[in-house]
Amino acid sequence: MQIDINGRTIPVQAGQTVLDVAREEGIWIPTLCHHQGLEAYGACRLCLVETGSGDRGRIVASCALHVSDGLMVGTDSPRVREIREMIMQLHLAVAPDAPRVRELAQQLGVGQPVLARHGDGQCTLCGICVRVCRQVGANAIGFAFRGSRRQVTAPFGARAAGCLGCRACEESCPTGAIVFSESGGRLFGEHWQSDVPLSRCAVCGRAFAPQPLPGHLQQRYGLEFQQADRCPECRRQQAAASLTAQARYNLSP
Amino acid sequence: MNSAEAVLESLQRQGLSSLYPDRIRITVGRATCGLAAGADAVYQYIREEADRRRLDLQIVSTGCLGWCQQEPLVTVQAPGRPRLVYGRVDQALTGEILDGAGGGSFPESRLIGKIYADEVLLTGQRIFLTGEPESGPVLDQTSFYAPQLKVVTRNCGYIDPGSIAEYAARGGYRALWKALQAQPEQIIDEITASGLRGRGGGGYPTGRKWQATRRQPGDVKYVICNADEGDPGAYMDRSVLEGDPHTVLEGMIIGGYAIGARSGIIYVRSEYPLAVVRLQEAIGEANRVGALGKNIFGSGFDFQIEVVKGQGAFVCGEETAMIAAIEGKAGEPHPRPPYPSEAGLWGKPTCINNVETWANVPPIIMRGSGWFTGIGTESSKGTKVFALVGEISNNGLVEVPMGTTLRQVVVDAAGGAGRFALKAVQTGGPSGGCIPAGMFDLPVDYEALTGAGSIMGSGGMVVMDERTCMVDVARFFLSFTRDESCGKCMACREGTWQMLQILDRIAEGRAVMEDLELLERLALAVRDASLCGLGQTAPSPVLSTLRYFRDEYEAHIRDGFCPAGVCKGLFRLVIDQEACTGCGRCARVCQAEAVSVIGDVAGQETAKKYLVDQERCVQCRSCLDACAHRAVRVIPRGGAVVDAD
Repeated sequence: MQIDINGRTIPVQAGQTVLDVAREEGIWIPTLCHHQGLEAYGACRLCLVETGSGDRGRIVASCALHVSDGLMVGTDSPRVREIREMIMQLHLAVAPDAPRVRELAQQLGVGQPVLARHGDGQCTLCGICVRVCRQVGANAIGFAFRGSRRQVTAPFGARAAGCLGCRACEESCPTGAIVFSESGGRLFGEHWQSDVPLSRCAVCGRAFAPQPLPGHLQQRYGLEFQQADRCPECRRQQAAASLTAQARYNLSP
Repeated sequence: MNSAEAVLESLQRQGLSSLYPDRIRITVGRATCGLAAGADAVYQYIREEADRRRLDLQIVSTGCLGWCQQEPLVTVQAPGRPRLVYGRVDQALTGEILDGAGGGSFPESRLIGKIYADEVLLTGQRIFLTGEPESGPVLDQTSFYAPQLKVVTRNCGYIDPGSIAEYAARGGYRALWKALQAQPEQIIDEITASGLRGRGGGGYPTGRKWQATRRQPGDVKYVICNADEGDPGAYMDRSVLEGDPHTVLEGMIIGGYAIGARSGIIYVRSEYPLAVVRLQEAIGEANRVGALGKNIFGSGFDFQIEVVKGQGAFVCGEETAMIAAIEGKAGEPHPRPPYPSEAGLWGKPTCINNVETWANVPPIIMRGSGWFTGIGTESSKGTKVFALVGEISNNGLVEVPMGTTLRQVVVDAAGGAGRFALKAVQTGGPSGGCIPAGMFDLPVDYEALTGAGSIMGSGGMVVMDERTCMVDVARFFLSFTRDESCGKCMACREGTWQMLQILDRIAEGRAVMEDLELLERLALAVRDASLCGLGQTAPSPVLSTLRYFRDEYEAHIRDGFCPAGVCKGLFRLVIDQEACTGCGRCARVCQAEAVSVIGDVAGQETAKKYLVDQERCVQCRSCLDACAHRAVRVIPRGGAVVDAD
């Protein structure tokens, strides 16, 4: 099976998306809501490409477009560029403060914002946080309201009771809109009022991991933790101490 | 005779004796449109009065005959006489009708037409009510009904939607019986040959959709009836569900058999409570007679139908969002492919058709694809139901053959163009566009309407006259789509919001010429880039009004003038002294007391001259609407004041 991207013939395998193929081939397609560990979502509309040619050309999100033999794809046609520019302008209007958005705009040659500012300046509602949270199995956050009132929130706008404190949302957020902080033995996430107690190390007393996390990981993934009551540093020290003791024993005549 | 045929025969006999009893049959249109006009009170009054007067009458609730403007609609059928159809029936008229039923003569007032014969579409039969011609209007020849051909709405307003027998008497469930004798592939071939296309708006060939679903591997498949009708002003599907629910069920059962599905779901919006009740009744009845459920008509085919109520999101009319909603998830669309025919409800192959599409199936199966292709145009076969609203005198539902011109629908049937010149018709709701009056010779046809920048859509038609501002129209529809966008994709969520910002600026006189270019670029990008049909079509009202009424947009921006006199602050109302007859209606309707007498008309003692006080005027336009002489004019803010002398 092969497809054609920008006039280049590329051998492909069934099941691949056009975005996957383009990335392997070093053909740049901008994305924001795409995440390797998650299913295609198609929300940011930045990865649009043109398929077919002439009047029959269609604009499709490449992240969700599976290859088929003989597929003709244009990632940089004038039509794609024009549409992408407007989509980038929409992103700039909602998230002008996000470095990733500004960087993408620059890469696309989109200069000054031309649309009215709308939104909190950082979140583009790409949904990665919601999807990652579901993937982790916490389902602590989701979308509420529709249209331009859409927002990411914990159920009923209350404190995110289901938050495990894993911080996968913060880690995967492309725009830096999610920030967690630790203080006084607790982990706080300001966006959905996460407030997760941290376990204290049985040895040194330092707060080191969200309390609900080990149990969840064990239950969901069958992961077993040795000495789960100690912080990584104390675990290392203890391991080192026991190795040293063992070595001494072995060396002793 | 086979037992199923015996069941149908017996139902038919029962239905015929109830449709054509040897006593007087009175029907009251009690669909939602009728109820809104007070049909319930009329119905109750007829019952009580008939009891009181000891009249032996058959009093029946039906769906809507289509002419909603005339609701409450009552029909009276005395043996041997044509059926009389009365409009705007109130208690007084009911009394007169009952006088007639009691042996006197039936009233002539508000008699909108007489029906001499019933066409049984499915069998091609005609049942004559009388051979004796009478004076008075013939219903089929009235301007409202003359252009119509009722296929989908053939039973609406005629039968009791709760009676499966009356449905069967008009050929109901015969198509199902016929289909069950054939191979599923033959059914699909017949539908394909008929050229039937999706009536929900997209116009996708129905046969091809069925075929695609049938071809998928697996033995669990679904059919869905999309009854989430949500376009403002459109209520075709509601009327069919309320007036003839069995035809939708029969279409779905045939579809299920053809596709290889054993389960069907009707997704109906919960704003249609009566349709839900009608459907549930009909499902119960169909099960009772063996047309639904296990081993349908002894064929070995099992099929069940479930009603799922929508929760008020317009986007759930989009098929992937609808599937998500039925599965209990948030009603948001997902990228296609995979199409529902490949992976739909619960990941299984699913065929989704709209109410009107399903309702077309029994007639096609009964009369054959050749009959169906004889109606309509080259690429659009059959009929289309339209809901007519706006600046017209006959609000209601019309069903016309494809190829009928917009003029025949909007002017002839709907009675458009009164004192004010027609300006445009908006077809396809928020997904459609405005077609200017100059193009009213356009035929109703998928390609013709798309070529004109609108769409066939589900069938809403909003008729607008010269008092309508096209910027305001675009703004109205955009505010609808902005609110109804699910918000998942950037293009639709933020694109509609931004377009509306620009439209607001234009309507408030704050825009610059560059805004028009920006609006157009944005509209094209949202159209091409949105995830689902909602966003892809949301810019249509903007694009079509920009295409045909660009000068109106420019007038707002360049001159700060709204020529239609809608956008507040961008016009003035003045009285043209030449045209003014001094009747004073304008002054009487003005709530702001802004219209005042400034003197006498020379030589006429009773006639006065009037002037609008611009300081007091709130631009409500009551005077404009009230003036029978078109003397109230809309002029630019800075324009020359029409002087009193």
